[in-house]
Amino acid sequence: MQAALTILIDGLTYASWLFIVALGLTLVFGVLKILNVAHGSFYALGAYAAASFVGWGASLKWAPAFSLVAMLLAAVAVALLVAPLLERTLLRFFYGRDEVLLVLVTYALFLILEDVTKLVWGANPLYVSEPYGLFGNVNLGVQTYVGYDFVLFVLAVLVGGGVWWGLNRTRHGKIVLAVIHSAEIASSMGVNISRVYAMAFTAGIFLAALGGAFTAPMISVSPGISVGVIIVSFAVVIIGGLGSIEGAAIGALIVGLARSLAVHLAPVAELFSIYIVMAVVLVFRPEGLFQRIQARKI
Amino acid sequence: MTTPEAASGGRLPLEGATPADRQSLIRGARLGTLVLNGLGAFGLLAAVGFFAPRWLTYLITMSAGHGLVSLGIVCLMRGGVVPFGQGMVFAIGGYTAALLFNKLGFSDALGLALAGGVLATLIALPFAPLLARYRGIFFAMLTLALSMVTYGLGMKLDVLGGSDGFNVGRATVFGWRPPDAQVGYVLYLVTVGVATVLALLARVYFDSTRGLVTLATRDNELRVEYLGGSVRQAMMINFLIAALCGGIGGALVVLSLGHIEPQFSYWTTSGEFVFVAILAGWQSVAAVFVASMVLEVVRSFSSAYFPNTWQLALGLFLLFVIRFLPRGIGSLWIGRKR
Repeated sequence: MQAALTILIDGLTYASWLFIVALGLTLVFGVLKILNVAHGSFYALGAYAAASFVGWGASLKWAPAFSLVAMLLAAVAVALLVAPLLERTLLRFFYGRDEVLLVLVTYALFLILEDVTKLVWGANPLYVSEPYGLFGNVNLGVQTYVGYDFVLFVLAVLVGGGVWWGLNRTRHGKIVLAVIHSAEIASSMGVNISRVYAMAFTAGIFLAALGGAFTAPMISVSPGISVGVIIVSFAVVIIGGLGSIEGAAIGALIVGLARSLAVHLAPVAELFSIYIVMAVVLVFRPEGLFQRIQARKI
Repeated sequence: MTTPEAASGGRLPLEGATPADRQSLIRGARLGTLVLNGLGAFGLLAAVGFFAPRWLTYLITMSAGHGLVSLGIVCLMRGGVVPFGQGMVFAIGGYTAALLFNKLGFSDALGLALAGGVLATLIALPFAPLLARYRGIFFAMLTLALSMVTYGLGMKLDVLGGSDGFNVGRATVFGWRPPDAQVGYVLYLVTVGVATVLALLARVYFDSTRGLVTLATRDNELRVEYLGGSVRQAMMINFLIAALCGGIGGALVVLSLGHIEPQFSYWTTSGEFVFVAILAGWQSVAAVFVASMVLEVVRSFSSAYFPNTWQLALGLFLLFVIRFLPRGIGSLWIGRKR
């Protein structure tokens, strides 16, 4: 029982930040039809920016609770500075090209951002441990869990709900849905497509950076964190179905639980349990668990 | 029925021949040219390698070995699908060669290369019918998942050496153990030789009926099916050919590198192979090896001169190619008519 609880909480914590990151990936794919390999790099940028912001906050003698605000600001800064720049100077030249070619474009972007991150922040690991202790510990039976993990879960629920609400219940969201459905028709109805694209890309990057910023206290922020994250978030969106919010949530839960089950019960399988789930889902439901089947176009 | 050769004055003795005879004559002539080109290329490379400094022969060996994996990708790309997990067959080939060498003491370079290719094909075999149903991003992602499972196994299984991998000793060629000074050149000859043979076979395959069906699939899959071609079969065979090429490439690279590790199957390695395939384009076989060489050169020079920004250089280079040479460097010498 105790072990089951530990596995569940570990899985949920992992699923929480992963969901935030994967939501950004699925949003960008849904609107721009780009499977963004560089998404992990934005996660890394968010984590690095959070490390810097929290560091500045500490040097300005801000109260420790402000470090949460600093992390949020870090994600906003990454999204507002990097996303519009890349979308306008790079991605817009490739819209409408073959999906796999777009994967390659973002792969190039990933290579570039890897080095840019190292140039800006250096190759040594950074630590942002301060916010991790803010929420104390939670006692559940014999085991003690870190309060921050539960905060992360609440954040994931808030972000997921917010994105769902924004897309389904606001005017701008409906416009985005129209563009997802058919960019051509939406455009002929007077929607400014390139603005929607820029906004959706910025939102997607914000989510990646937010995920990075809020995981920064739990990990050592070092070169190479992007490489692992991207591949796991791919697994999430593939399992859930590309472009689906519910899918990203279920996918993140499945991946989180599969991983924590493997870690606790069969450590040998830790590295590939996620990919086996991904392969099995692809075999039986290639479009993902939450994707409607599309008719083949001639 | 006039063939282009006959219409243009005719270099071939086509008068009075039946259409079937003409076909085979033209085919024979093409094959002859191809074999001559191959022999010429191999002879030239062998001569260059003999006088070239050691770093250059090593660079070409690596380009040829890695190029074989990308050749497999090009083979699939001609049908319109791009695998993002070709690191899997690359690693399987490498591990096969390394294990045969270390556990069984089998050391013949050509035999190891063949064994790597065969085992990679055998492991790919059960997945071929499955993958043949997938297109676009789903094909890429499923192959990616398979390669990451291979990576996980390589990291965790002790028999595969865990995350450190293991070293491989010096290979022999037909029972002869080359001395220290020559081993690099000998492996260079073996790798370049195998690569040349496979490149020629690839060209023959690309121009064969099935190769052309593959190309038609790229344009319009449904039409191919209505005309009676089996898209699924073509995809399956292409996937197996890609596995064979990748496995052989992996084995050859391991023999020259003297080391194997799970990183061979990581997604970034697979990404580099796709990088080379996109850089080459799907039209020319020679372009694959040129592109592979370009990648090796860019990588070694930029990691030597700007160690902190070589990935940046590589990324900018790739963006440049995709933007301004969308059909790859092969399109520089193969015109629009193909």
